[in-house]
Amino acid sequence: MEDRRPAVPADLVDHNALVGPYPFRRLPDPTPERLRAELTRLGIGRAWVGHVPSIYYRDVAAGNDELLQLLEPHRSALLPVPAVNPAYPGWEREVERARVEQCPAVRTYPAHYGFAAGGPQMRALASACAEAGVELVLTVRLEDGRQRHHLDVAPDLLGADVRATARSHPAVRLLVTNADRALVEEVHFGSTEAEAARIRWDIAWLWGPPDDQLAALNRSVGRDRFVLGTHFPFRLMEAGLTKLALAG
Amino acid sequence: MTARRSQQAREAPGGAGGGPPLIDVHAHFLHEGCGLRDWALRNQSRLAAGTRIGITLHIASILGSFGHRSPTYFPSPQDLTLGNGTMRDIARAHPGLVAGYITVNPNYPAHAIAEIERGLAAGMVGIKLAASRRASDPLLDPIATVAAEHRVPVLQHAWQRRRYEVANQEISDALDLLELAVRHPAASFVLAHVGGGGDWAHSLRALRDAANVWVDLSGSGVDRGMLELCLECVGPERLLWGTDLTMDTGWAKLLALEAMNLGSDALEGFRWKTAARLFRLTL
Repeated sequence: MEDRRPAVPADLVDHNALVGPYPFRRLPDPTPERLRAELTRLGIGRAWVGHVPSIYYRDVAAGNDELLQLLEPHRSALLPVPAVNPAYPGWEREVERARVEQCPAVRTYPAHYGFAAGGPQMRALASACAEAGVELVLTVRLEDGRQRHHLDVAPDLLGADVRATARSHPAVRLLVTNADRALVEEVHFGSTEAEAARIRWDIAWLWGPPDDQLAALNRSVGRDRFVLGTHFPFRLMEAGLTKLALAG
Repeated sequence: MTARRSQQAREAPGGAGGGPPLIDVHAHFLHEGCGLRDWALRNQSRLAAGTRIGITLHIASILGSFGHRSPTYFPSPQDLTLGNGTMRDIARAHPGLVAGYITVNPNYPAHAIAEIERGLAAGMVGIKLAASRRASDPLLDPIATVAAEHRVPVLQHAWQRRRYEVANQEISDALDLLELAVRHPAASFVLAHVGGGGDWAHSLRALRDAANVWVDLSGSGVDRGMLELCLECVGPERLLWGTDLTMDTGWAKLLALEAMNLGSDALEGFRWKTAARLFRLTL
């Protein structure tokens, strides 16, 4: 029988994984061990890993302690991506800790932390990330708006917020996760070439046939702007691979 | 009343490339009257992706003009007749690979029944309801009655948990469909795209004991935990595989189900056997 499973490119990296429980629904086994097992099963080499509870903690430094501890036995495959809340004291130390720990990026969640996504605190964080040489990960949404818990009122990130952050420092590098096609196009074509060249997108919220969004964006925005993102433990990791396979 | 269906539309081939059959119970095709310049390209894309995934039968519908001349979810009788006719043309152009639903708007009862009779006589295999009238509404009763008489399933578009009214749809959820299903125990219903947006757990808990309601897995949602709850609440015997508008996510759910090591009976069930029984297909 013909094996129709998607072929997996060598050295594939999942840029949008997290670990830890979520307050609004049960995420099955959201652990580093399960993430690693899923990566191995699907042939994905490594993952950038954030921490779900840090999205909701007031003091995210404590969440970063937990993340680094959780990932310590798995550092060869799971690269920690700590969270930073630039509206909370000591946030600069978290950026510096990410640099020292050789984390590829940090995450921030303006709507959850209560600061303006296009405001001065975001600009300060973007500058600090640029100077530390770490990428800044922005998350457009955690779940589809139609299924959210009634207490989950954090709005989606807007294209204007992404554009403002990209413009806030000439060296800031952004990775935007869970963006839909319209947001990708809005930001890409609303940015200069130099700004757009500093923005990468994951594919978790882009769809395949018959609309063929990912294939269309590969042509219009550029294949090199997109990275694999699965949004584990929220979503099935297989979806990242089927998108790649069907986008050719 | 006796069903008169063409045998051709009810015979689907086995798996291409020697693989097992795979039936997509929730597909759509477009046509020139939908106002999209790339309508043919999208149809081709669906068929090409289907070949890659291994789909051996697309059971599809056309929702009128998909908003071009009348609203997608409130299609006019004229658009429905055109769409259903086009759906039959597409099925005839791809014998054994494509079968059609008859799409109807319950607000036009006489037209709906006439379309159903015409479609079934021409080999269409099911009835598609969009969001033109809430599933619990008595206007759906004649449609459910004729579906039961012909032993064809009714695929009901749904949001998973209807918490408020939404624009451009008179949306239904599993509880609404359940009311209809209880009134028509001899009819078979399919809750559309459990992954298509909303609180899927709400739907699955609601349908646990609804023996005449099946669940289709289509939709862009690929939440971890959804498949496990599908199996827990409705079991493999009432699960149908499908894609709707995002074939990549449909494929992902298929791969995830296959990775669960559920056994060959369950695997064959959600790949094709359950659908074949429900739609009375000869494979």
